[in-house]
Amino acid sequence: MNDVDVQEAITRTHHEEWGRVVASLTRRFGDLDIAEEAAAEAFAAAVERWPADGVPPNPGGWLTTTARRKAIDRIRRENKRDDKHKEAQAVYDDDPPGPVGAIDDDRLRLIFTCCHPALAVQARVALTLRLVAGLTVPEIARAFLARETTLEQRITRAKAKIKAARIPYRMPSAEDLPARLSGVLAVLYLVFNEGYLATGPGTDPIRHDLTAEAIRLTRLIRALLPDDGEVAGLLALMLLTEARRTARVSAGGELVPLAEQDRGAWDAALIAEGHRLVRERLAAAAAGAAPGRYQILAAINAVHTSARDIRDTDWSQILALYDRLVGLDPSPIIALNRAIAVAELDGPDVALAAVDRLEDKLADYHAYHATRADLLRRLGRSRQSRAAYDKAIELAGNTAETAHLTRRRDQLG
Amino acid sequence: MRYLVSVIDDKSDPGSTDRQPAISAFNERLIAEGHWVFAGGLADTDTATVIDNRGEQAVFSDGPFVESKEYLAGVWVWEAPDLDVALKLAAEASKVCDRKIEVRPFL
Repeated sequence: MNDVDVQEAITRTHHEEWGRVVASLTRRFGDLDIAEEAAAEAFAAAVERWPADGVPPNPGGWLTTTARRKAIDRIRRENKRDDKHKEAQAVYDDDPPGPVGAIDDDRLRLIFTCCHPALAVQARVALTLRLVAGLTVPEIARAFLARETTLEQRITRAKAKIKAARIPYRMPSAEDLPARLSGVLAVLYLVFNEGYLATGPGTDPIRHDLTAEAIRLTRLIRALLPDDGEVAGLLALMLLTEARRTARVSAGGELVPLAEQDRGAWDAALIAEGHRLVRERLAAAAAGAAPGRYQILAAINAVHTSARDIRDTDWSQILALYDRLVGLDPSPIIALNRAIAVAELDGPDVALAAVDRLEDKLADYHAYHATRADLLRRLGRSRQSRAAYDKAIELAGNTAETAHLTRRRDQLG
Repeated sequence: MRYLVSVIDDKSDPGSTDRQPAISAFNERLIAEGHWVFAGGLADTDTATVIDNRGEQAVFSDGPFVESKEYLAGVWVWEAPDLDVALKLAAEASKVCDRKIEVRPFL
């Protein structure tokens, strides 16, 4: 095995095993700090030793054993095995397996702990990316345009709170699971969206590293909770969105709207997988399972990705899905997206009236102004359209989107 | 694990004043389930006195250490195995008291 192969093996193992190693060490030692540091040391040992010794037959087992040894060394070194530590460990280990049974897994415990509602949302995102996904602090800082020291503090503070307030390392009870799981999915969707429409002038318009990480973690949750409809829905939504990634930004770095995308450039394998998941959920819905918002959003994306071109799109189906979504989620952003479907069916004037009703709620949201600008443009109201484009450009944070809006504005007669 | 559970009221938007029977019933439950350590409602913040004896002599000043719209109206001390248990009880306590609740672990 040459160096490149070893390097690839280490990268792959890091992807596949990091979360598992941290999770099992947290379970064993009852301490996120110890688990994180020992996992990092074990991977550093792999980088050092595998090129010379070769990749072990069971890389995950090697890493877990090595990390466990490093953790014990560290505990001995710091003489951490005082009574207090033993007490904490007893509590963590005391957790009876049973009521949740099949869906119990150390990595799930870790995810639920990182996404605990008692932590600030930004801390949940940072902790999940660090402890479950294994991104480094500089990588996360880059992704969210935060200073490394700020991010490090955020993670440290969150870990300290988990310890001091005793946020448990366990699966939520069956009764709490839906609410807690929706909190986890919200964190993953946030990571995905930041990758999909990255904010800030200094970053790529699409952060594939983040979309890929969000998909990977959602796949993991799907593997652990295969019967959950919203997990399947979110995964399908991400896959069907990711499938359009390469068609979404032009060679010139400009966002390409759905109507103008080269559909031949969409990723057929991701679309097929997303459609399979949506079909699975449609069958469940037919059997009486009420779909949640991610499942409906996935279905909307399935309609889009089933159309050969924009004229072929089944807008009445999309509108019907948005109507269901509005029933579940009265957010003005959903209403805004619904209006885009209304424009296709009833014309831009009807849609504009619906959009204008959202002004007091969405006046600071770039997509509100971009949607208005587009509808006004289609109605030939150039002067008003230009003003709306100006406002949208002022508020948009994504470089490719700004480029697209600017070109549209400058094309106005 | 012990938690300080603070009941937070708001001078400009106070919670309802008819909560005592519900709070008593909730306390009975806390006792029965082994969570109750201590509970007490507090007199108005106007009745507070701050003492600073870090210097040469003790200085007494009238009023709470921080003037704010929101203030501490009462406290519990609960025993709970972890934060999830404490938060679940706190969610009930907020309903029972018709006020916001802060949960903070003791060291």
